[in-house]
Amino acid sequence: MFTSTMFASILPEILILVLGMLVLIVEPFWKEEKRRNVGWLTAGGLFAAMLISFLAGQPGEPTSALGGMIRFDWLGFFFKMLFMFAGAATALLMMDHERLGKRGEAYLLLLASLIGMNLMAVSSDLIMLFLSIETASIPLYVLAGFMLGDDRSTEAGFKYLLFGVLTTTIMLYGFSLVFGFSGTTDMYQLAGMFRAGAIAPLAAFGILTLILVGIGFKVAFVPFHFWAPDVYEGAPTPVAGFLSTASKAAGYAVLLRLFFVAFPEPSLSASWTTTLAIVAAISMIVGNLLALPQTNIKRLLAYSSIAHTGYTLIGVVALTRLGAASVVFYLAAYILTNLLAFGIAMAFSKATGLENIQDYAGLSRRSPWLGLMMLTAFLSLTGMPPFGGFVAKVVVFAAGIQAGYIWLVVVGVITSVIGAYYYLNALKFVYLYRMPNQDEENHPIPLSRPYAIALVVLTLGVILIGTIFAPWFNWSDAGAVNLF
Amino acid sequence: MDFISTHFLSLILFFPALAAVFMLFLPGGENKLFRWFALGASLIPFLLSVSIWFQFKSSAPGFQFQEQYEWYEALGSTLHLGVDGLSLTMVLLTTLLTPLAILASFNITEKVKAYMMLFLFLETGMLGVFMSLDLLVFFVFWEVGLIPMYFLINQWGSANRNYASMKFLIYTMGGSLGLLLAIQLLGVLFGTYDLVALTQHWTSLQPDSTLLGMSVSQVKAIAFWAFAIAFAIKVPIWPFHTWLPDAHTEAPTAGSMILAGVLLKLGAYGFLRLILPLYPVEARYFAGALALLATAAIVFGALSSFAQTDFKRLVAYSSVNHMGFVVLGIAAAGLASGTPDATIALNGAILQMFNHGLSAAGMFFLVGVIYERTHTRNLEEYGGLFTLVPVYGGILIFTSMSSLGLPGLNGFISEFLVVRGSWPLLTAYTVVSMLGLFFTGAYILKALKKVLHGPLNERWAHGEHKLTEINAREILVMAPLMLLMLWIGVYPAWILDVINKAVMMLF
Amino acid sequence: MTFPVLSIITFTPLVAALIILLIPANRKNETRALALASAAFTLVLSLWVYFSYDQTTAGYQFVEKYDWLPALGVSLHFGVDGISAPLVLLTGVVMFTGVLISWGDDHPHVMAGIQDRPREFFAFLFILAWGVLGVFVSLDLFMLIFFYEIAVFPMYLLIVIWGWNVTREYAAMKLTLYLLIGSVIALVGALAMYMAQYQNTGALSFDMLTMESAGFSQSFQIIWFLPVFLGFAVLGGIWPFHNWSPDGHVAAPTAVSMFHAGVLMKLGAFAALRVGIMLLPEGAKYWQWLIMAFAAIAVVYGAYVAFVQMDFKYMVGFSSVSHMGLVMLGFSTFNADGLLGSGLQMFSHGAMTALFFAVVGMIYDRAHTRQIPELGGMSKVMPFATVGFIIGGLVSMGMPLFSGFIAEFPIFMGVWQVHWFVAVVCSISIVITAAYIMRNIRQVFFGNMPEKFEGHITDITVLDKVAIATLCIFMIVIGLYPKFMAPMVQTGVEYVLRLLGGS
Repeated sequence: MFTSTMFASILPEILILVLGMLVLIVEPFWKEEKRRNVGWLTAGGLFAAMLISFLAGQPGEPTSALGGMIRFDWLGFFFKMLFMFAGAATALLMMDHERLGKRGEAYLLLLASLIGMNLMAVSSDLIMLFLSIETASIPLYVLAGFMLGDDRSTEAGFKYLLFGVLTTTIMLYGFSLVFGFSGTTDMYQLAGMFRAGAIAPLAAFGILTLILVGIGFKVAFVPFHFWAPDVYEGAPTPVAGFLSTASKAAGYAVLLRLFFVAFPEPSLSASWTTTLAIVAAISMIVGNLLALPQTNIKRLLAYSSIAHTGYTLIGVVALTRLGAASVVFYLAAYILTNLLAFGIAMAFSKATGLENIQDYAGLSRRSPWLGLMMLTAFLSLTGMPPFGGFVAKVVVFAAGIQAGYIWLVVVGVITSVIGAYYYLNALKFVYLYRMPNQDEENHPIPLSRPYAIALVVLTLGVILIGTIFAPWFNWSDAGAVNLF
Repeated sequence: MDFISTHFLSLILFFPALAAVFMLFLPGGENKLFRWFALGASLIPFLLSVSIWFQFKSSAPGFQFQEQYEWYEALGSTLHLGVDGLSLTMVLLTTLLTPLAILASFNITEKVKAYMMLFLFLETGMLGVFMSLDLLVFFVFWEVGLIPMYFLINQWGSANRNYASMKFLIYTMGGSLGLLLAIQLLGVLFGTYDLVALTQHWTSLQPDSTLLGMSVSQVKAIAFWAFAIAFAIKVPIWPFHTWLPDAHTEAPTAGSMILAGVLLKLGAYGFLRLILPLYPVEARYFAGALALLATAAIVFGALSSFAQTDFKRLVAYSSVNHMGFVVLGIAAAGLASGTPDATIALNGAILQMFNHGLSAAGMFFLVGVIYERTHTRNLEEYGGLFTLVPVYGGILIFTSMSSLGLPGLNGFISEFLVVRGSWPLLTAYTVVSMLGLFFTGAYILKALKKVLHGPLNERWAHGEHKLTEINAREILVMAPLMLLMLWIGVYPAWILDVINKAVMMLF
Repeated sequence: MTFPVLSIITFTPLVAALIILLIPANRKNETRALALASAAFTLVLSLWVYFSYDQTTAGYQFVEKYDWLPALGVSLHFGVDGISAPLVLLTGVVMFTGVLISWGDDHPHVMAGIQDRPREFFAFLFILAWGVLGVFVSLDLFMLIFFYEIAVFPMYLLIVIWGWNVTREYAAMKLTLYLLIGSVIALVGALAMYMAQYQNTGALSFDMLTMESAGFSQSFQIIWFLPVFLGFAVLGGIWPFHNWSPDGHVAAPTAVSMFHAGVLMKLGAFAALRVGIMLLPEGAKYWQWLIMAFAAIAVVYGAYVAFVQMDFKYMVGFSSVSHMGLVMLGFSTFNADGLLGSGLQMFSHGAMTALFFAVVGMIYDRAHTRQIPELGGMSKVMPFATVGFIIGGLVSMGMPLFSGFIAEFPIFMGVWQVHWFVAVVCSISIVITAAYIMRNIRQVFFGNMPEKFEGHITDITVLDKVAIATLCIFMIVIGLYPKFMAPMVQTGVEYVLRLLGGS
């Protein structure tokens, strides 16, 4: 019955569950003022979980586990590691948030969501998939609206919930249609069913569109992006960071597995790749153009994350091994970078209470290191070497060109130049402009230890992935090869 | 000594430049030291060139004292030096005039170091043109001489120096543009810049074949004018002469001496060294046009000169007038290369180059002498000075007579030869030129009258403006010039022999 | 395993930048000293590479190759040939002199050097140098673009933070966007080449030496040549994409202008040659007329616009457009002479324009204006700078005995062999250049010094003089003795010609 593979396939989730219980047990023992230590526990626990999983839970050949509910392979494993890393970083960043930091349940919700995401990455059955998506989403609805009494947070939570429920429902409808047409919910069998021509292409297109609505909400591509800026702005910043990175990556995990495994048939894929290509182009254009006039850093990052969704989609529409690898690689780089950006925004607003870009004036004089980190994050988002964003963009574009989507890549490069404009503009505030009284030395920005650790680790990660990119790419590629 | 005897030309050529670089490291402010150092440095090339003048075998064909060094291998250009009778004459003139010009500039007090360095660089530039047997190197030196001259005019010139120096620079650079392009054309075609090889290749091109989409003869005609205009501007031939009065007038005295004495010869030398051998056909074909321009230069130069009220400008225009004879001789030679008449004309032209070098340098110096004392160059403000400065007056008259072409002095010999040679070939032009010669007499006498004779301008006789006599240093500058004027006038054979043999062998 | 000198050269600036960042912000002199030391170290190494390059065997030397991302065929493949070795040397020279003139001057009237956050300044400058060196030595297309982009973005910060406060924001953004557009378009082309090679040979490799024999079809080359070439050539200041360059030059602080015009523009030209012409020779031949036309327009137009400038730095900026046009013109000839000239011109212009900007910066720091009519008489107070500028000016005019002539002459010879008309038209620029250079020398250095400057303007510092002398030496040595560089460039040119099919 129980084999070691079965255990290993969900080892990370088990560990996270254990960690969550530990949090529940330990939290009441700490006094109110020390309760932020739950963050240390969560982050440390997640790192430990990563380490243990890495040592004991590595997948071998791709196998199905748990009655075909779960696929145990490198792709899922790599995604899980990414999520857990993002979760750990988020936990660190939450620690000094005045409303979240001392609330044990916040960390618990984070962990619960992580379990859902982990399962999203490995689900090979539509039912399992739906369950894991819900597991991942519901805690996030709560987290987004966590700051009761804060209108914007409440609005964010509510908006996120409404959008989420609506789109998930539509996706569920799509799932049920799939089942209705094919009689199975197992993705790996679906491929065979569709290959046999069990379903008319037009109907299939309709179904796929329904499913894409749900995924589109998760990854925030146009036209399902409306929630993102408002939610990012309103939600507690660590949660916004988590939403824009791990949650989005989880959406891509689903997108890759579902579409690469179940619908790769040329007769089918022609329709959805074309759709996604158009969506990608529009996302890149809209995201970048709308980011231009933003003055709030979180809204800016929200729109930029919409644009980045577009770049990632290029790898998806390529529908090749390189494409899949590039998506994973892109997400890895993007998670590090965007978490860094949100972390800086958090650290800054923690010290100053301000969130507008123009408030960053004089940052490099107030705190040279924070300035350099912001430089790292924003240049990586721009796609500049030696930071992760550059290599990620290059592989994604390479995949696009390999698949013949030259027009899409051209849209990508042009819009990335537009992106450069607002990223560099923000850096101008950091480095050029000064505070009104030019007395930056009197306004240093203190970094508490969790921030310092999280930001330094993220910065080094962004640089590492941009310079020594071979291991990262090899992992991505090892995952990608499992899809074929 | 072995080294010297095998490296005569490169020593002469590079010694001034090396001395100038050495000067750079001398401590600043020691004006006296700079002057004497520069004078010494310019005397050594003079002595060396006198020495090769005597070693030179005038009857041996080809170039002598040849030296060849690697320079720009990638383009097939080498530092190939050598002299024949034609260039040796010019080298002698250059090395003679430079120390005199430096001696003449001992009264410069501003930025002496830079001034002397520029002069020495200028000497290298001019010598290089006369010595090089490689077209690219020729062009290099051709251009290099420009810059020191520009700065000499621009920095030590008189009131309107900015305008004059810029005009000088733009004219000459613009003129050499065509030269540059034509040289490139030759280099591209034959992959070498060696003058001897180029001449062979170039003249043996079949006239009916095509080059660059045009017939060879058309290309050659265009290239001919590209060369000719560059040299014509330098000579200068009417109507390309307008830079000259400005540049001469505004330049410091020594600058004018070198400008008129040597730089103008570069253009004429270019005609002789490059145009006649490279374009014999075109030279014959366009000889009439050239002669027309030469005649215009003679006549208009003289007339313009007559109309001047500025002493220095008057002398400047006289250069246009005198150089016209050089060009007339060249035109005649081009028309009938190889005939005795042409040889005579060429002899005259080359000797005229040398002579004009002497007399023009002398005249400019004398203008400088009086300008320095009176601070005016307006002829109307002089008058009757002979009584005040009789020695100066004597020297001025002597030099003017040489310029005028008085028999017994050098000018007569060369002008006579030119006219004699071109008479049968270009009769009409020569006739008109003779009329020009008449005006030459007129303007020179006018100048003498205005300066030395007539009613004495009392202003110079007494008080703070009292005119002082020419001093020993200034006489020392003039002495060699006058000596040579007289010597060539009386006994031209020593130099004509060298020139004539060179001409016989060349053409 | 030979001594990995190229990696050491390339990564020295990076390591230096990181160490500089660790120095406390108030230790300004230590920062400068460290910067100078590492720049000198780079210079020495680049000299060593230059002089130990074996001209008899030619080809790529000092080759190092480390697998970097084998899955995609990315490797750290370094090597220099006869064209890039001089450029590495140039980078060393400009880096050294750039640090020297950024040192500063304590005189109260002078605002020379970098006083505000020198730590960040030198760190960014060295990251820029890292990218520049990386491009020159990379034989891997991926790494080439990687380094290329690294060389672009520090420019933005360097200009926007330390630049001329009137136009810096506008200019920096304009420059960055232009260069980014160019580089990303070139990137698309590079990826297309990468994939086409994969289709043709089944090899996933960014190695340019294998790409040379990838057998791209003619139609492929014709389509992709223009994006690749022009994408890189934007940084080379090719007309009509040159607009960023003068603005950028003017707004940048002195050392950055030196770097920018001296080295960075060569980067564009070099990459355009290395990737565009050498990897897509058929495409290059097809579009030859267009490049030549663009280059010829740049040469004449740049010179003319420089002629009418009243701002000293704008004048130098536009003269760079004109001179880089000559480089492109040489490229477009595809023959030995033209390419030789371009190779030399890249070095010559680099040294010359760095010198120009250095002197302009020194004057501006003291006079606080760059309007040519407002300046005058500088030769009285800064004779050394005057001589330096004059030498630079003579190089710029293509005056014989200086490197400019040695470089420009073969370019024109090359053009003659392709189309005589272009040579004739472009030669006009020589006179225009002479006119504006001489006019400015006269006005700025020898004109009458305005009264307000009397007594306020001081001579340049010793470090400035060392910088000027260093740059001058190279220009004079090449001018007097072309063998110093021409044979080496020739070996590189031969290689290019072989790829072009011996035409």
